[in-house]
Amino acid sequence: MIKFDAKIPEGPLTEKWSIHKRSVKLVNPANKTKLDIILVGTGLAGAAAASSLGELGYNVKAFCFQDTPRRAHSVAAQGGINAAKNYRNDGDSVYRLFYDVIKGGDFRAREANVYRAAEVSNQTIDQLVAAGVPFAREYSGYLDNRSFGGVQVSRTFYAKGQTGQQCLLGAYSGMMRQVAKGKVTMYSRRDMLDLVVIDGKARGIITRNLVTGEIERHAGHCVVLATGGYGTIYYLSTLAVGSNVSAAWAAHKKGALFANPSFIQIHPTSIPQLNDYQAKLTLMSESLRNDGRIWVPKKKGDARAANDIPEDERDYYLERRYPAFGNLVPRDVASRAAKERCDAGYGVGKTGLSVYLDFKDAIKKQGKKAIENKYGNLFELYYKITGDNPYEVPMRIYPAGHYTMGGLWVDYNLMTTIEGLYAIGEANFSDHGANRLGAGSLMQCSGEGYFILPVTIGDYLADEIKTPRISTDHPEFEKAEKEVKEKIDKLMAINGKQTPTTFHKRLGKIMWDYCGMARNEKGLQKAMIMVQELEEEFWKDLKVSDSAKELNQELEKAGHVVDFFGIAKLMIQDALNRKESCGAHFREESQTPDGEAKRIHSEYSYVAIWEYLGEDKPHTLHKEPLVFENVELKERSYK
Amino acid sequence: MNITLEIWRQKDAKSKGKFVIYKLNDVSEEMSFLEMLDFLNNTLISKGESPVAFDHDCREGICGSCGLYINGWAHGPAHLTTTCELRMTKFKDGDKITIEPWRSKAFPVIKDLIVDRSVFDKIMQAGGFISANSGAAPEANSIPIPKDNADAAFDAAVCIGCGACVAACKNSSAMLFVSAKISQFALLPQGKTEAKERARKMVAKMDEVGFGNCTNTGSCETRCPKGLKLTHIAKMNREFITAKIVAEKST
Amino acid sequence: MGNSTFHLASITKKVIMALVGLFLVMFLLVHLGLNFTVLILEGDREIFNKAAHFMGTNLIVKIVEVGLFGFLIVHIIVGIVLQLQNWGARPKRYKKRATTQLSFFSRYMIHTGALIFIFLIIHFSDFYFKAKFTDLVPLITYDGKEYHDLGLLTLQKFKMGGFVIGYIIAFILLGFHLNHAFQSAFQSMGWNHSRYMPFIKKVGLVISILIPLGFTIIPLVIYFSEAYSV
Repeated sequence: MIKFDAKIPEGPLTEKWSIHKRSVKLVNPANKTKLDIILVGTGLAGAAAASSLGELGYNVKAFCFQDTPRRAHSVAAQGGINAAKNYRNDGDSVYRLFYDVIKGGDFRAREANVYRAAEVSNQTIDQLVAAGVPFAREYSGYLDNRSFGGVQVSRTFYAKGQTGQQCLLGAYSGMMRQVAKGKVTMYSRRDMLDLVVIDGKARGIITRNLVTGEIERHAGHCVVLATGGYGTIYYLSTLAVGSNVSAAWAAHKKGALFANPSFIQIHPTSIPQLNDYQAKLTLMSESLRNDGRIWVPKKKGDARAANDIPEDERDYYLERRYPAFGNLVPRDVASRAAKERCDAGYGVGKTGLSVYLDFKDAIKKQGKKAIENKYGNLFELYYKITGDNPYEVPMRIYPAGHYTMGGLWVDYNLMTTIEGLYAIGEANFSDHGANRLGAGSLMQCSGEGYFILPVTIGDYLADEIKTPRISTDHPEFEKAEKEVKEKIDKLMAINGKQTPTTFHKRLGKIMWDYCGMARNEKGLQKAMIMVQELEEEFWKDLKVSDSAKELNQELEKAGHVVDFFGIAKLMIQDALNRKESCGAHFREESQTPDGEAKRIHSEYSYVAIWEYLGEDKPHTLHKEPLVFENVELKERSYK
Repeated sequence: MNITLEIWRQKDAKSKGKFVIYKLNDVSEEMSFLEMLDFLNNTLISKGESPVAFDHDCREGICGSCGLYINGWAHGPAHLTTTCELRMTKFKDGDKITIEPWRSKAFPVIKDLIVDRSVFDKIMQAGGFISANSGAAPEANSIPIPKDNADAAFDAAVCIGCGACVAACKNSSAMLFVSAKISQFALLPQGKTEAKERARKMVAKMDEVGFGNCTNTGSCETRCPKGLKLTHIAKMNREFITAKIVAEKST
Repeated sequence: MGNSTFHLASITKKVIMALVGLFLVMFLLVHLGLNFTVLILEGDREIFNKAAHFMGTNLIVKIVEVGLFGFLIVHIIVGIVLQLQNWGARPKRYKKRATTQLSFFSRYMIHTGALIFIFLIIHFSDFYFKAKFTDLVPLITYDGKEYHDLGLLTLQKFKMGGFVIGYIIAFILLGFHLNHAFQSAFQSMGWNHSRYMPFIKKVGLVISILIPLGFTIIPLVIYFSEAYSV
């Protein structure tokens, strides 16, 4: 059995990070140059880490599957990044940010980690501004803020609807600087296929060169995974189509425990699915809910055009159900409310699977120009895809798979249960509990990459200074490479009829239907059988064209689908285990009479941590109890 | 609708490559352009043929991965649109659509429609950054930046690095890409310190890797999916001229 | 010069093209002003011939003339180098190419430039070299001093239909060249200002029309007017 220890520092909550920072071991500058760090994934977390670690003097080998780090899917985060600057004088503070994240996550996150995330958020904004990120400003020249779902202060920094792009490009440029200095070596168009563990320590990875098909070995003193989330489990999601779970899953199979896998956020404001050919769903930023009002007709199956429905025949259901937060309730609440209305037959559009997001009142009050300034590019994006002009007719939106709160379990140092293997950003489980608040992921990713990992990784590497450069000739590398090659050969040899995408689509549908916005025991059990059957079919009827010795996008997809089967089964197992509703995880068996999620704190106040025991064996559950010493456990109400 | 596709097929960087014609029936108007290609690939795979390789990722016009030269237009005939945002409504039944990869000496073809754009990273490495070490930054509000400057810097910063400017330019020049970064940083006080040096180094790298020269034709501006303007190139020229002529000799 | 020109930074080359180009535009204006005096027939074309004489003998003008030739050669060499590099930057051309409507003439700068160059050679051998290096230009005496009667030569040439047509075509090409060149020079110098650029573009358009118009109106007047029979 794998042991785990969260290693939360002693001391009061507000002091823990300072205490930890002054007590971790340090590596002197001369020794840093002898240490190699393998970093997989170059999104905001990875790129920020690469630039910080490079500056410190470590040798970083960075890997990404895209052709350049600037394309990682952090680029698509729209709305903003939170920080507790309190520039608005509206009563914000580090504690309040911490509290909002804990509450937003439905009390399923670790206090110490969340407080630290809130604490470094301010420094992160300073850093990003210094890196040249052009955040929105007021006429005074000072930084502007806006409000976001789930909070009552304005603490979100933004760059129009492209905050993620701007933050990533800031981190990426810092990383490019380190590449030029020779401290970071960039390996792009590489897929990590396995983790190499030697004597219990992560020492390297096996990658496939996506251009040549070559299988490569890369060694280092430690390995950092910044490989993002697996929202693509639903096939249709707001993620980039290339996003996948394979790197994290490979680590999991080698001994890194996986935490809360079924906590997956369904974003409430995505453009609804238009047809069956669709490869992905496009997100409309949550920031739109600042000014847009969500409604459905009061009459079931009302076929009139939106603008023909008079005011008193519209049901602004979020404002009705949650008067305190209105349209700005957290994402999980907004998503479920939309699903509830559509399931009850009030949905709009051809399929009845969408609700209106209306800017009529905002345009009337603030003028078209003001709305255009705030959301111009989002409106354009919407217009391009749907052909509807949101300045004139309300947008139609529907929830879509988005962000995974679950991920590799990490301790306070962001280390997984494999020594020397770290997970940062969305790839880990740490900060967002059962539901992430808007503008929280950019905050977490940049904070961990720029400021947290560079401190905590030293604590481990300080003991590694005597370890010579790791050789890729070690038998463990050989073994891992052999296994990877065998897996590829196996996939190529099936020679069936269906493409990887076909299986991915079918798997996604099962997961969306039974392990999506609402889950119940029967459905989950059924889904488990369906997934297993589909997986069997996959190994009999998969078709991968061309060869493995060349650029082969079908083979890449096939490899990812294999791992999606793994995580799908684990998600279902986790969802079955957690018989409470909390955050994004809504078990229909556990709800209040008026349909709100019912948390069962007495039984489920823990992080569900899963251990891999082998293919076809169910995972073993471990529990990390969650202790709340600094917040009062409350019913999470936005009414 | 039924369409005819004429697509550049090339097995790898070393192979010669040629155009292949495909007839594709039952294309839906509701498809995006890339979904149409997914659909084509499905039919190719089911016939035992090799699918067409093309770069794509976010499919919402922000990552910059996709980039096809469609009927003579970089990113296709729509304006301010990336290839992945292009919809089949722009085409009609019976159309013949020619699809080529970006063509530039600096962007060699890797396979089919995929090109190697890593020289963009090299240009960024030459100076596309502000040398602010993590932790060294002052309080974010300590330097007010006039809103107009911040907005102008943002307008330059929206570049997605797709390479359409290079593809569209008759000279295969990368000046719009390079100038966007130089311009963004030169507009911000944080970036001013290194502005001249940055312009000198990035331009030198740009020239070195084999892009053509700008002749102020403006094709890049008309094809940039993010609407970057020629004024950025002028700004870069200003920065460069001052770096070369006005500034003291660098040691 | 060739090899080192290849190694100049792209923007340096653009700036050279721009500055030299703007200088050549100024020269064109001076030349145009001089040409107009050929229409003044009083005193046997005395003003034109004297002005031409001044241009051919004054020390300062001679120095400027050397510079002018130098600049012209620089403009041509740098232009050719730029073009060679530009062609080289896309070894494999597109099969299908749509054209953008922005700055149409910019696509043909090398072509218009080359044709103008051919015109220049003819022009030089007709007038400049003839006067400088041969005795083929008739002489005329004003106030007891001999001058080249370039005025007569010009009038004779402009009575020849074929010459006039060639001359007009050359200046239309120059107009095309200038149409892009003028505003482009400002862009290359980095002087693209949201407030002034539209004005500069208009000035460029006006110059690209007025200069060729000015130059071509002279042979047309001479060709069609009885007053200029020689």
